[in-house]
Amino acid sequence: MTGKRDWSEKLNPVVRHMPPSGIRRFFDLVAEMKGVISLGVGEPDFITPWHIREACIYALEKGYTMYTSNQGLLELREAIARDLDLTYGVTYDARRELLVTVGVSEGLDLAMRALLAPGDEVLIPEPSYVSYAPCVLMAGGVPVTMPTSMQNSFRLTADTLEKHITPRSKILLLCYPNNPTGAVMGRRDLLEVAEVARAHDLIVISDEIYDRLTYVGQHTCMASLPGMQERTVLLNGFSKAYAMTGWRVGYVAANADFIAAMTKIHQYTMLCAPITAQMAALEALQNGRESMQKMVQQYSRRRHLVVQGLREMGLPCFEPGGAFYAFPDITPTGLSSEEFAEALLREEKVALVPGNAFGPSGEGHVRLSYASSLDDLGEALRRMARFVKKRGVQVRAVVNM
Amino acid sequence: MPVPSKSVDKEILAILEENARISLPEIAFMLNMDVEEVARRVRELEERKVITGYLTLVNWEKVGEERVCAFIEVRTQPQRDVGYDAVAERISRFSEVRSVRLMSGAYDLAVIVEGRNMREVSNFVATRLATIEGVVSTTTHFVLKTYKQDGVIFENEEEDRRLVISP
Repeated sequence: MTGKRDWSEKLNPVVRHMPPSGIRRFFDLVAEMKGVISLGVGEPDFITPWHIREACIYALEKGYTMYTSNQGLLELREAIARDLDLTYGVTYDARRELLVTVGVSEGLDLAMRALLAPGDEVLIPEPSYVSYAPCVLMAGGVPVTMPTSMQNSFRLTADTLEKHITPRSKILLLCYPNNPTGAVMGRRDLLEVAEVARAHDLIVISDEIYDRLTYVGQHTCMASLPGMQERTVLLNGFSKAYAMTGWRVGYVAANADFIAAMTKIHQYTMLCAPITAQMAALEALQNGRESMQKMVQQYSRRRHLVVQGLREMGLPCFEPGGAFYAFPDITPTGLSSEEFAEALLREEKVALVPGNAFGPSGEGHVRLSYASSLDDLGEALRRMARFVKKRGVQVRAVVNM
Repeated sequence: MPVPSKSVDKEILAILEENARISLPEIAFMLNMDVEEVARRVRELEERKVITGYLTLVNWEKVGEERVCAFIEVRTQPQRDVGYDAVAERISRFSEVRSVRLMSGAYDLAVIVEGRNMREVSNFVATRLATIEGVVSTTTHFVLKTYKQDGVIFENEEEDRRLVISP
């Protein structure tokens, strides 16, 4: 017997049949190339501000190396509660209504596992972040995606939501400012959606990881809308606003019943988030406002450059109001989003993410992160302009950076 | 999104403080403004001496150029009507002097002097600075190495460690 046994049949069928992330092929391609300018990265290009790193080092020096409470350091939870109160006017009890998690990713997983019974449906606006549907599937739920489009500024309307609701609908999963489109939903939009959620007794999981990266108007916190706090599971974290992606600290704010259920799963799996990362997060909340604002200012400047640059090279681009992504329409080139991304990478060495990685309604777009230096952005836009011009797109002007 | 008018000047200043070489069209592009309007505002900021100059920070060591820098604590005799200003202004005029600041504490003026070698700086302090009328005493501290200057870390080798593609 030379062949090895195929153990994949032993795998959980849900996991076995789950397609790999749509950008896997890209990783392999990019790995072989040198001199690539990457706009494919979904994380800040800033390094965590020094005072936050320093707080972590100091915590280690002082010997903070042990477990924390399952729910996270009380001091951190209190700081989070204060921050939510100050920023959005929503009040949470730090002892019963907050849970510190290993990034928003864990918070999302906990929320799904705590809430979903087999067959329950989760409504997700699409294009959507790549983890949402798999997370629902792994928790035994059924993801129901609701297409949004550039014509509607990639917002979810109450009508669209209403049309997708069935007797099995249980959760509405929102992410605004949105990855990958950069769309934001204003207070009025959210009020309409919230009304439908209340009428159909939906729980809203609101992933607000990009809340501080809002450039147009004020971010509206779902839990702050009338009657919504009790049915909202608010997810947030430190990765994007404080450039702390690798630290893996997030939190869940929700009513005490939800938090108690999530804490059960959390204590049997993660136990607690790393203490040093929690100490760093505390420092970020206490003293990080200024450094955060500086970073946000930088993103805002780059955003304008990128959107303008894309439009001038003949690619229609919706104006993103938050996060750090632009999601231009690449159909004028006649290429599919995968063809576009692959050819651009091969010919011009610019990496970005094909829109269909975020679901079928992302087809015809690519996601481009502007969390890169102005120099890189300018060069990438120049290369892109050359690329689309070769495909017969009328280039009005080339960015001169 | 057009930047609200009252903060435009501050936006321009922040951009220029970070990169003095950035062009006016680039600033206009970033702030969604007309180039002429940006040019007008920059000119006005220069005229009002809000922008006092455009400098390049050079790490001379890297091109093998020897430069010696010294911090000089200067005690002076304040003069009637003009206080420390007259002495400070006289010191400021020397090309060897990079900066002059009036200080609180044990001495009056903090002066930074730059020269090609220690002897040049010592000579300058002994023959030009210490002999100015009103200068009571000087204490010279030579700079051994510059790690950071005007907000810029000289040996900053931080690189982008992010994955090229991420979701």
